[in-house]
Amino acid sequence: MKEKLIESIVENVLQGRRNKDDEGIEEDFAGEPGVAELVQEALDNGIDTNTILLEGLSQGMKLVGEKYETGEYFIPDMLTAAEAVEAGMNIMEPHLVGGDKNEGKGKVVMATVEKDLHDIGKNLVSIMLKGAGFTVVDLGIDVPAARIVEVAEEENAGLVGLSALLNTTMVNMGDVVKELEQKGLRGQVKVIIGGAPTSEDFAREIGADGYGKDAFAAIRVAEQLLQAKGES
Amino acid sequence: MSERGVIVDNPYERLSREQVELIDKTSLDLLENPGILCYHEESVSLLEKAGASVKATREGEHDAWWVRIPAKVVKKALETAPSIVTLGARNPENRVVLDAEGTRVHFGSGSETNYWLEVEPETYVSKQDGHERVFPVIKRNRGNVDYLCRSAHLAEQLENLDFFIRNINVQDEDITTENKDVNVFFASLNNITKPVIGGVADFNQLEKVVGMAEIIAGGKAELVKNPVVSFITSVIKSPLQVVAETAEKLIAIARLGLPVVISTSPQGGSTAPIDEMGMVAQVNAEALTGIVINQLANPGAPVIYGAVPVRARMDDLHDMYGVPEFCHYNMACAQMARYYKVPCYSTAGVGDAKVPGIQASVEKMFTFTAVPFAAPDLIHYAFGLLDKTQTFSPDQAILDNHQIGMAKFLQRESGVKAEEADRTKKMIEEVMNSPYRMYARYARKMLRRGQIFAGFPFEGDAEDQDQTLLMVNEKLKEIEGKEPQHLSEDICHRIFEKTPGLLPRLNPYSK
Ligand code: B12
Repeated sequence: MKEKLIESIVENVLQGRRNKDDEGIEEDFAGEPGVAELVQEALDNGIDTNTILLEGLSQGMKLVGEKYETGEYFIPDMLTAAEAVEAGMNIMEPHLVGGDKNEGKGKVVMATVEKDLHDIGKNLVSIMLKGAGFTVVDLGIDVPAARIVEVAEEENAGLVGLSALLNTTMVNMGDVVKELEQKGLRGQVKVIIGGAPTSEDFAREIGADGYGKDAFAAIRVAEQLLQAKGES
Repeated sequence: MSERGVIVDNPYERLSREQVELIDKTSLDLLENPGILCYHEESVSLLEKAGASVKATREGEHDAWWVRIPAKVVKKALETAPSIVTLGARNPENRVVLDAEGTRVHFGSGSETNYWLEVEPETYVSKQDGHERVFPVIKRNRGNVDYLCRSAHLAEQLENLDFFIRNINVQDEDITTENKDVNVFFASLNNITKPVIGGVADFNQLEKVVGMAEIIAGGKAELVKNPVVSFITSVIKSPLQVVAETAEKLIAIARLGLPVVISTSPQGGSTAPIDEMGMVAQVNAEALTGIVINQLANPGAPVIYGAVPVRARMDDLHDMYGVPEFCHYNMACAQMARYYKVPCYSTAGVGDAKVPGIQASVEKMFTFTAVPFAAPDLIHYAFGLLDKTQTFSPDQAILDNHQIGMAKFLQRESGVKAEEADRTKKMIEEVMNSPYRMYARYARKMLRRGQIFAGFPFEGDAEDQDQTLLMVNEKLKEIEGKEPQHLSEDICHRIFEKTPGLLPRLNPYSK
């Protein structure tokens, strides 16, 4: 029973099915339970959240990643699978209780910086981070530095991810770092940046902790930074 | 019906109905006055018997006849010429059915190039920064029978190649006029299971080539049903002259009931007018002449309207393929053939450039995109041709295969359909109400169904160098490593027994 449920969760992540209304990749599964329903059923059957997360959702996403590496899956498959994971996480959220509230791999505040409206790349990063097991608070586009820092503090986030696509707005990323320093939060909140005009060098220049050239790099860098933070 | 090629949705009609009729009328007028200059006596008597007026003359050392062909003779031939012609193949699934009234376009190779380009990766050290880099080095070798075998084998693997015309001139020491045709056809047939089309250089070998094809097809009647070989006759020497030797072959092939392409290739600016009206009127009259002779020799014989109009280069009078006029000429001819309900043989994808690269890609993509829109049944010269058909590059053929894939995708039926409206509205509504407003989920479905074009397969990751040719070359090596689809041992044995002149080294079963 338990194994079967977990197996179905993995399969439905691969199929990118958030809920019973979604079709699958190869066939039309519409009507059959999707990740949301399966996670609910697992919880009802007393399967603990950690098992659902690690053996179900994360395991599914890991397989998706492998299929991407071998060229069988493409970005739309990854995004769709990540959305399915997110649907499962939403069901689990009220059950992740108490002080040891499980935030998966950690909490990330994502935003496109002030005066910049570009969000395709930022959304991709957000969705993929969620799919990889991070909790993501996405503030959207054109977000002032003060607001980003405010939310990072409120949410007790370990990481801030900033996106900018214009060379005129990328400087606003530096403001976020400064604002964090001013508020004395720099020690607990790491900063990663990305977007076409940015670079490793630019990240160093503004005092950010990392740079990601794409969503995969974003996951890698986020994992490194949050892990290093946990250990220190 | 054949499943190969691509059905062109809504073919582009460059010429209006009035313009088509105007070309038709002008061509028919030309056939009456000045008429054609025919060097082949039997053709002359066929035409005369049908109602043409004939006047003997002398052209240099040769007897010749001015023949004025009345419109009714042409119309009669067009009535008897079939609108559906099947090109047979060793593998029946690879058969190509040409339907002059349909819009299915097929792509194939062609031209007897003298050279074969070999690409070899070589490592260089930069004098500036001392870094090593790998570059493709190109060597030009004379064509030979081994290259022809390799070409046919490659053609077998290229998914967008529908028919094979020998693409390389065999210049081995042991190839002579007396044995060339049999070896060329054998080298082709023994390495490809798709339709083989070709010209016969020496009339005396026609019978041997047909004999070989009969063994493969399983008999005389079987060959007519499944013509594993079809022929090309360049019966016209532009402007408006009928060549004796080729006319002889044309008549013989017509009587065998095997498919034949009437191929005429005038050059706008030298052997034909360079302007569209003049070129098309003449090349059309020339193609019609060939069809008339073919149908007079054997009414109802399968015949294909082959027009290969090219433009002259203004600096040296060589052929030019990658120019807009070339597309104008060819698109107009495709319309003329459709008007006559005779399958059309057309051309696209020849690079004037000498080597693969930017110029070749521009020229090829240009004609690959334009000409198929007119929906001719066959597009030849489409694989690997460079240097205005003088050179064949197998690496280029792989690139062309991809470019043809793009062109074919472009021709696909439109997805705008009444039954899609509700789905579209539902999808957009769903996305508008979702957190990131992304359509990736829906793109994925089309991706899985193969409805999304895969993109350029030879994209390198270097930031300071084009790596396409290096990657293509790896692909070529992979393809060349595949097992050839040879004829069976028994068939090879019988062919070698019955066909004098075949080179023993071409027999895959000889010890
Ligand atoms: C789409 C687009 C738009 C769309 C945006 C739609 C949307 N929902 O985002 C619209 C039309 C709204 C738009 C508007 C404008 N745009 Co615009 N736009 C683009 C375009 C074509 C693509 C950007 C994109 O989505 N790429 C695809 C995604 C997947 O890639 P990505 O964003 O780079 O993200 C990846 C990585 O960078 C990284 N990443 C991104 N964010 C983050 C964050 C983190 C933390 C990490 C780790 C990684 C990471 O991972 C992502 C996934 O792999 C670019 C051209 C280009 N080649 O980039 C121009 C471009 C960015 N735009 C440009 C311009 C000039 C404008 C306008 C000023 C145009 C105008 N005159 O109105 C406005 C500005 C609006 C504003 N105030 O922001 C210029 C910018 C030049 C410059 N100054 O730097 C560009 C480069 C085009 C150009 N060559 O001129 N644009």
